[in-house]
Amino acid sequence: MILATSADTPKGPDSGNGPDLKPKPAGYYEGESMTRRNAFIIGGQALGGLAGAAVMLPVVGFAVAPILETPKEVWSPVGNLSDFDDESYTAVVKTERSGIGEAGKTTVYVRQGIEDLGEDPQGYVAISTRCVHLGCPVRYFEAARTFICPCHGGVYDFEGKVIGGPPVRPLDRFQTRVANGKVEVGPRFSVTSDLEPVRARDPGEFTGGIWEYLYPPRPSTPSAP
Amino acid sequence: MPKFPAALIPPPLRKPAKPGDGNGADPLEKLKDAPVDLVGWVDERTGATPFLTGMLFRHVPKGTNWFYTLGSGTLFAFVVQAITGVFLAMYYTPSPVEAYASITHLTNDVFLGEFVRGMHKWGATVMIILIFLHMGRTFFFGAYKYPRELNWVIGVILVVLTLVMGLTGYLLPFDQRSYWATIVAMNINGTGPIVGPYLADFLRAGAEFESTTLSRFYALHMLLVPGAIIAMIGAHLYLVVKLGTTAPPWIRAETKPKSLRTEKV
Repeated sequence: MILATSADTPKGPDSGNGPDLKPKPAGYYEGESMTRRNAFIIGGQALGGLAGAAVMLPVVGFAVAPILETPKEVWSPVGNLSDFDDESYTAVVKTERSGIGEAGKTTVYVRQGIEDLGEDPQGYVAISTRCVHLGCPVRYFEAARTFICPCHGGVYDFEGKVIGGPPVRPLDRFQTRVANGKVEVGPRFSVTSDLEPVRARDPGEFTGGIWEYLYPPRPSTPSAP
Repeated sequence: MPKFPAALIPPPLRKPAKPGDGNGADPLEKLKDAPVDLVGWVDERTGATPFLTGMLFRHVPKGTNWFYTLGSGTLFAFVVQAITGVFLAMYYTPSPVEAYASITHLTNDVFLGEFVRGMHKWGATVMIILIFLHMGRTFFFGAYKYPRELNWVIGVILVVLTLVMGLTGYLLPFDQRSYWATIVAMNINGTGPIVGPYLADFLRAGAEFESTTLSRFYALHMLLVPGAIIAMIGAHLYLVVKLGTTAPPWIRAETKPKSLRTEKV
């Protein structure tokens, strides 16, 4: 089999060593690396790209910026020390985002620490009602001492650990402190299945081990207590 | 110059028959010709005739049937959504505090508000149904095959954009159902590893349901996604006109024995 190669093709008048008969384009000079026309095409496109970027970059940054903003750490008083005991949870309302009415409020279940569970009996535990499956509101049922989610049947025990349904980790918690004789509830944090505190994650995201890297917390999340 | 197709001109605008008597310079006769002259004036300057004849009088294959109207049906549903949406936007307030009140006001107090909102709400469902029926027609008739693969791809993008319209529009009434459904939807986005949390943050405009989440959904719903849909529909229709439609699979091409060639292997 014979393959045609470029060496076999006869040379045209312009392709070989013969004199180039074509007229030179305007602005041609000896040894140019780019024709005048190409230089203008590239220059024109670069200018257009620059103008496009000058519009798009600020606009995209404008839309993305709220993600990077660190919200102010807000501690809200939710009741007197005597309002809470270590027998059961008391529901309080915490405002997570002000200025947006009911949509910015969330229910938090608060109780005193229990020594048998390894908690500080002087401290307080605040459990978030945001189901860690997909974010529906869970409710505490005293008779069963469980938290149950109405959407997809997630069930959590008294400590917030998963005992049924699709949730992927125990219920989130809020930091608590006592100030001016009041119990105050602060920033949210998530926990691993052993109730080790980690930085807050969104619902549906696993915590602990390799999952810490597969579901990175947003840069603005406060560190875990 | 090709003549503007007479079928496209409504009867009052058609050129009246030659009068026979009169010389055509009579002012009344000139007035009668004015509409025709106007159409001709525009046509001469835009060259619309070849374009319109090519688009509206193109040949369709034998066997073309009612299933081929599903795409036009989807387009009509989209136009209904666009028109009713514009008028709903005149009364809607995309603020978490006022959105629900503005929707109840629109529905209960505004003249025909319930009807216009109903058209938008049910029209959304109709559009989803029609677009999937259209997709099924294309699939089962094999109309996605060469050379129409790109139009199938554009169509799939249109399906996704339509679903995004459904998702973003669902939040806007801002009642309990739409609020919690959107929370769930945003958290489903967040469950994708690595990129998921950032995607959810982008949709929410932050870590929680924020003051700007609703206005962000509103802007996506009425500006960004409809613009993308209109652009994609343009490309979709261009390819339909350019490539033509396919015959249903039960129509066989007429094969003349003479034209058959025997392959020698």
